[in-house]
Amino acid sequence: RMHMTNYDNFLSLPLSLSRSLSLSLSRSLSLFLSLSQEKQYVGFATLPNQVHRKSVKKGFDFTLMVAGESGMGKSTLVNSLFLTDLYKDRKLLNAEERINQTVEIIKHTVDIEEKGVKLKLTIVDTPGFGDAVNNNECWKPITDYIDQQFEQYFRDESGLNRKNIQDNRVHCCLYFIPPFGHGLRPVDVEFMKALHEKVNVVPLIAKADCLTPNEIKKLKDRVREEIERFGIKVYQFPECDSDEDEEFKQLDKELKECCPLAVIGSNTVVEARGQRVRGRLYPWGIVEVENQSHCDFVKLRNMLIRSHMHDLKDVTCDVHYENYRAQCIQDMTSKLTQDNRMESPIPILPLSTPDVETDRLIKMKDEEVNCYVIMGNITYIG
Amino acid sequence: MSSSDVARQLGAHPLSLSGHVGFDSLPDQLVNKSTCQGFCFNILCIGETGIGKSTLMDTLFNTNFENCESSHFEPQVKLRAQTYDLQESNVKLRLTVVNTVGFGDQMNKQDSYQPVVDYIDRQYETYLQEELKIKRSLHNYHDSRLHACLYFISPSGHSLKSLDLLTMKKLDSKVNIIPVIAKADTISKSELHKFKLKIMSELVSNGVQIYQFPLDDETVAKVNTTMNGHLPFAVVGSTEEMMVGNKMVKARQYPWGVVQVENESHCDFVKLREMLICVNMEDLREQTHTRHYELYRRCKLEEIGFRDTDPESKPVSLQQTYEAKRTEFLGELQRREEEMRQLFVQRVKEKEAELKDAERGLQGRFEQLKRLHAEERGALEEKRRVLEEEQSSFSKRRAAAQLLQAQNLNANGKKDKDRKNSGFM
Repeated sequence: RMHMTNYDNFLSLPLSLSRSLSLSLSRSLSLFLSLSQEKQYVGFATLPNQVHRKSVKKGFDFTLMVAGESGMGKSTLVNSLFLTDLYKDRKLLNAEERINQTVEIIKHTVDIEEKGVKLKLTIVDTPGFGDAVNNNECWKPITDYIDQQFEQYFRDESGLNRKNIQDNRVHCCLYFIPPFGHGLRPVDVEFMKALHEKVNVVPLIAKADCLTPNEIKKLKDRVREEIERFGIKVYQFPECDSDEDEEFKQLDKELKECCPLAVIGSNTVVEARGQRVRGRLYPWGIVEVENQSHCDFVKLRNMLIRSHMHDLKDVTCDVHYENYRAQCIQDMTSKLTQDNRMESPIPILPLSTPDVETDRLIKMKDEEVNCYVIMGNITYIG
Repeated sequence: MSSSDVARQLGAHPLSLSGHVGFDSLPDQLVNKSTCQGFCFNILCIGETGIGKSTLMDTLFNTNFENCESSHFEPQVKLRAQTYDLQESNVKLRLTVVNTVGFGDQMNKQDSYQPVVDYIDRQYETYLQEELKIKRSLHNYHDSRLHACLYFISPSGHSLKSLDLLTMKKLDSKVNIIPVIAKADTISKSELHKFKLKIMSELVSNGVQIYQFPLDDETVAKVNTTMNGHLPFAVVGSTEEMMVGNKMVKARQYPWGVVQVENESHCDFVKLREMLICVNMEDLREQTHTRHYELYRRCKLEEIGFRDTDPESKPVSLQQTYEAKRTEFLGELQRREEEMRQLFVQRVKEKEAELKDAERGLQGRFEQLKRLHAEERGALEEKRRVLEEEQSSFSKRRAAAQLLQAQNLNANGKKDKDRKNSGFM
C-alpha cells in the first residue's frame, strides 16, 4: 500500500486512479485465489502499473475556478498552491473604476510537469465579482461560463470525430469567504446557491491570519451551520473505503472536520526557525503558510492536488455534467415533439416523453380492453 | 460715521501692565465651568458588519459597551445610537456612540449611504430648530450632533472599496471623517505602507476631504503634522488581556505571536487614541459647530428663501428678511383671495347667462305651443261650426220631409174621405 503523503503534488494523480483499480482487482483476485487450490500466476496484477504508465503518457488536465471579492488573497493562494507566479502583469482597478464594474472571466493556462507527470492546469479568474456597488446577479457571467463549457463538451462528445476532445469544464470552484464578518453574507449565499449544482464548490475562509484559533473555530461552526441552513450543496469528500489504512482514514476524518478550510497564502519566502519557508512577516511573529498549526493550507493542497483531484473531476463528469446533459436533452426533446420539423442537432436517442396523441390512443385502447374485460366477465358470470 | 471708523479712531493698541492683574486665570475659569458642566462627545462608526467597530470603541474607552452581534441579513442600513456617562479624574464625559447596522451587507448598496446622511442631517436640524426658537436653552441643550466619524476600511491590501468611496464622498461635507484601517493585524508592514498611500491618493484624486489634525496651534502643530502623515490609522482592537513581560496588556494571541494593541510598532491604536481623544477632541467639536453645522444651516435657510444681501447687494438683517417674507406671504394670500373672488364672480355670471338662455328657450317653446294650441282650437271650432250647420240643415230637411209626409197623409186622407164620400153617392 502506498501513502499519499509520501509523494509530491499531482504525481499521485495516476496513483489515485490505479489505486482504486488495484483495490477492486486485489479483492477479486483474492477471491479467485481462495477458490482455486493452486496459486497460478496469470499476470493481470500488473494492470494498475499499465494504467499508471498510460496516464503518465497521456497527461492530465484540471480546471480550477477562484471566486470572491477582490483583496481576499485569491491570486496569492493560487501562486502558493502551484508554486508559481501566474499574475505577474496584473492590473488592479481603483475604487472609482469598480463602482459599476461587471464580472470578467479570465483564463490562465499553464503546463507544468513534475517527475514526468504532465498537468495542463487552467485557472479561471473572476475579477470584479462582488466589487460593484450593485451586485444583483453578479454571478451570471460565471454561471454562463460554466454552462458554455458544458455545452461545448456536449457538442464535442456528440460529434462524429471525437479524437481530440478538449475538456474545459470547470472541475472545482474555490469560493473565498471574508474572515472579517460573523459568517456568510447575502452575496456569499446567493453565489454558492447559484453554482452548487453546476460545479464542485469548495468554500474557504480567506486571510485566516486575522483570526485567533478560537475565532476560527467559531467562524467555521457558524459557516457550516449556515451552509446547512440555507441548503447549499458544497463539495462532499467521498467516504473512505473500509479497507483503507488507519492513517488515511484519520487524515480523511480530520479533513472533513476542518471544513471550511481557513487558508493563508504568500508570495514571499521568509526565514523562520532556521528554514526558508513561504510566509508572512509581521512585527509580532512569522506566519508560515505550510505550518498546520497556523492554517489549513497544507490540508487544502493535499485535498485539492494530492488526493481528491481525480474525485473532483469524476464528480464534475458524473454528476454536474450529466445533470446538465439530461436537462439539455429534455429541453430539446420537448421542443422536438412540439415542432416536428426541427431536426436534432446531435445524435440522441429520444427520451420517452409523453406525447398527447400517443396518450390519447393509449387511453382509447385501454378503454376498449376494459370493455372487453367487463363484457368477458359478464359473459363468464352469465 | 460708521462703527468701524470709531474703532479705528480710538485704536486698540497694546498696553503694558505695571503689575499682576489676574485675568490670566480666565482660561482656568473657563475650564472650571466646563468641567462642572461636563463634556459631550458623539462618535459615528461606519463599517461593515463584523469589522470591529464595537471592539474598537470598547478598547478606546477602556470599557465594555455591551454591544450585541449584528446579523448579515439586514434588509437596510440602520443606525443605532447609545449614550453613556463616563468619568475620568474629575472630568465627566457624556459619550454617544452611533454604529451602523447592516452596512455593506445588501446586494445592492447604491442607497446605503442615505440613512447615514439622513441621521446626520436630523441632528443638525434639531439643533437649528432649538437655535431658532424664541425661548431657547442652548446651554442646557444636549448636543447630539456628530463630532467625529470613524470610517472603517476593510483590510484588503489593495485599495478602497467602491462603497467606501461613494459613502465618504457623500459625508465629507457633513462630518469630520477619520478613516481607519480595521483589523490591521492581517497586513504586513510593507503592504501597509503601500495600502495607506493608495488609499490617500484615491481620496485625494476623488476630492474627498477627510479631517486633518489642526496645525494652527503651535503647541500641538508638530505632533499633528506627524500624525497627519500616518493617516489612515491602522488599528487593532481587543478587550482581552495577556501577560507580556511583566505587565498585563491588551492583546490578541495567535499561534505565531502576540499582537499588542498598545505597542506602536504593532499598530496605530495609540496614535488614534492620542489624536482623537487626548489632543483634538475639542477641535473636532469646534469644527463640527463652525464648519459643518454652519454649512448645513446656511443651505437650509437659503432653501427657505433667506438671504444675507438683497438684490442690490446691500446687507439685510434677519428681521428685515423676515418682515419682507411676511409681507410677501400676506400679499400672496391677498392675491389668491382676489383671484378666487374673481373666479367666483365669473362663474356666477356664466351660470346666470346659462340660466337666462335656458329661460328664453323655454319661453319660445311655450309660445310655440300656445300657437299650436290656438290653431288647433280654431280648426276645432271650424269643424264644430260645420257640424252644427250640417245638423241644422239636416234637421231642417227632416222637418221639411216630415211636413211633406204629413201633408201627403192629409191629402190622402182627404182623398179617401172624398172617395168614401163619393163612393156613397
